[in-house]
Amino acid sequence: MTKREQRTYQQDIVGDGISSIQKVREPRREESGQGIRYLLIGICVLFLFVMLVLPLIVVITNALRDGWAAYREAVFDEYTVKALQLTLLAAAAAVAVNTIFGVFASYLLSKFYFRGRQILAALIDIPFSISPVIAGLVFILTFGNVGWMGDFLKAHGIKIVFAVPGVILATIFVTFPFVFRELFPVMNAQGKDEEEAAALMGAGGFTIFRRITFPHIKWALLYGVILCAARALGEFGAVSVISGHLRGKTNTLPLHVEILYNEFNTTAAFAVSSVLVVLAVLILIARNVVEKFSRAKE
Amino acid sequence: MYVQMEHIYKTFDGFHASSDVNFGVEKGQLAALLGPSGSGKTTILRMIAGLDRPDSGEIMINGVRVNDLPGSKRGIGFVFQNYALFRYMTVADNIAFGLEVQKKSKKEIKSRVEELLELISMQDLGKRYPHQLSGGQRQRVAFARALAPNPQLLLLDEPFAAIDAKVRRELRTWLKGMIGRVGITSIFVTHDQEEAMEVADTIIITNQGRIEQVGTPDEICLHPQTEFVADFIDAARYEALAAARVAKELSYSGSQKLKSRYCSH
Ligand SMILES: Nc1ncnc2c1ncn2[C@@H]1O[C@H](COP(=O)(O)OP(=O)(O)O)[C@@H](O)[C@H]1O
Ligand SMILES: [Mg+2]
Repeated sequence: MTKREQRTYQQDIVGDGISSIQKVREPRREESGQGIRYLLIGICVLFLFVMLVLPLIVVITNALRDGWAAYREAVFDEYTVKALQLTLLAAAAAVAVNTIFGVFASYLLSKFYFRGRQILAALIDIPFSISPVIAGLVFILTFGNVGWMGDFLKAHGIKIVFAVPGVILATIFVTFPFVFRELFPVMNAQGKDEEEAAALMGAGGFTIFRRITFPHIKWALLYGVILCAARALGEFGAVSVISGHLRGKTNTLPLHVEILYNEFNTTAAFAVSSVLVVLAVLILIARNVVEKFSRAKE
Repeated sequence: MYVQMEHIYKTFDGFHASSDVNFGVEKGQLAALLGPSGSGKTTILRMIAGLDRPDSGEIMINGVRVNDLPGSKRGIGFVFQNYALFRYMTVADNIAFGLEVQKKSKKEIKSRVEELLELISMQDLGKRYPHQLSGGQRQRVAFARALAPNPQLLLLDEPFAAIDAKVRRELRTWLKGMIGRVGITSIFVTHDQEEAMEVADTIIITNQGRIEQVGTPDEICLHPQTEFVADFIDAARYEALAAARVAKELSYSGSQKLKSRYCSH
């Protein structure tokens, strides 16, 4: 492999490279280095313990404080199930919409040159830099009763704010850069030579995408989808503003946790939280599997 | 003339990549676009292929104006600078791609792929993936893939740039022989004077988006028409002599060969 290709292949590797961590060669041991190493390890472990492990233990112990029966009751409560359904629906919608959008946007920005592509790329990143609460407010100001499109929506009997469509819209908004962010560098590194070669042989756009582009991006795509789903499941701020907290109607799982907690129903709040924890763990596993597989392919 | 460029202009954001480009390549010839890096060689090749559109001017292939014809309808094969092999397809699938797109029958595709694998002496490597091949083998696959749909014109962008200096000469001879055997009109891009001198029937010298001179290697070497060409080819001689000096230290006969490659009459 030439240097250039090695570089490309490295860029192709999906994800953050955590699973390749064991491949880092051990530096030469020096007495002074040893001390620093242990100090850094100590700081990391302490930090992770306080920030992650301790809260997790608290969630689990509190969820089970009143025994299994109470736990099951909280988890299988009608409103909890409804909230879980809405959360999954919003996440599925966000993944579907953002996958399609992310593929189109990164294809456009990596394979075509036109004026304003930098600006477009920057616009796509906006949800990363805007506070979700503000995003929620913007939707209320746009689609709400007194909002910019309020009269139009009312006239057509469409309800977005304080309704399920609003929840879905807000979730899509806060997660829309994820797939794009994962795909764009991979597509960009691939260049457009292969596509041009295929086009010169007379292949159409869809054939080119299916046979040339897609095999190259599929792991990055899956990775982006997973990140997008993870973010969508946990979204609180934007959804909180736009949902109106209607129990059984527009409550998502994170909102439901907050309501239970505010009602001093701590055990139930933690029990429902544990459902989110389980979802998060599943996603973490999926993420690592994808990273492993994409690496094995190279 | 099989390929004819007439008053071609091309700008990229105000930068003149081609200015009044005029030249022709006759049927069956092997022509080299030779010039320093950034002088607009690739731009010319891409316009002939239909990958870029000239701002003005006419591109004629086989007497037909092709400006408005998509690249896939121009009857060309293109070998990209880094070969642009489809990295998720095997060698055989790479070669078959153009034929599959044309909806040729399975049997026809299979026999054509076998024929081409034989032509490039890679019969046993059809199942390999591009990353499992050496640079020279990749070049051969790119060549076979470009030839598969039976094009009338072959365009090659710096076909030897990505190849080890050691095997470059060998491949050069191989490619020239192959092109002669297939009998296809070909244009290749290079910034290496020696390469152009050795391989091409006609050399087209580019500089800052303009054509400086068109001629046979001997004409270019003996009668440079512009100061730029004289300088450029002089530099080449100088390089050859320097190379010859190095070669002399290795073997005397080697240096003799090197010297005689220039301006053979
Ligand atoms: N797509 C493009 N956009 C902007 N500038 C370009 C583009 N393609 C080529 N150029 C410019 O045109 C000039 C000639 O490029 P090129 O034809 O690739 O030169 P060569 O192949 O002789 O090295 C270069 O200065 C290059 O920067
Ligand atoms: Mg070039």
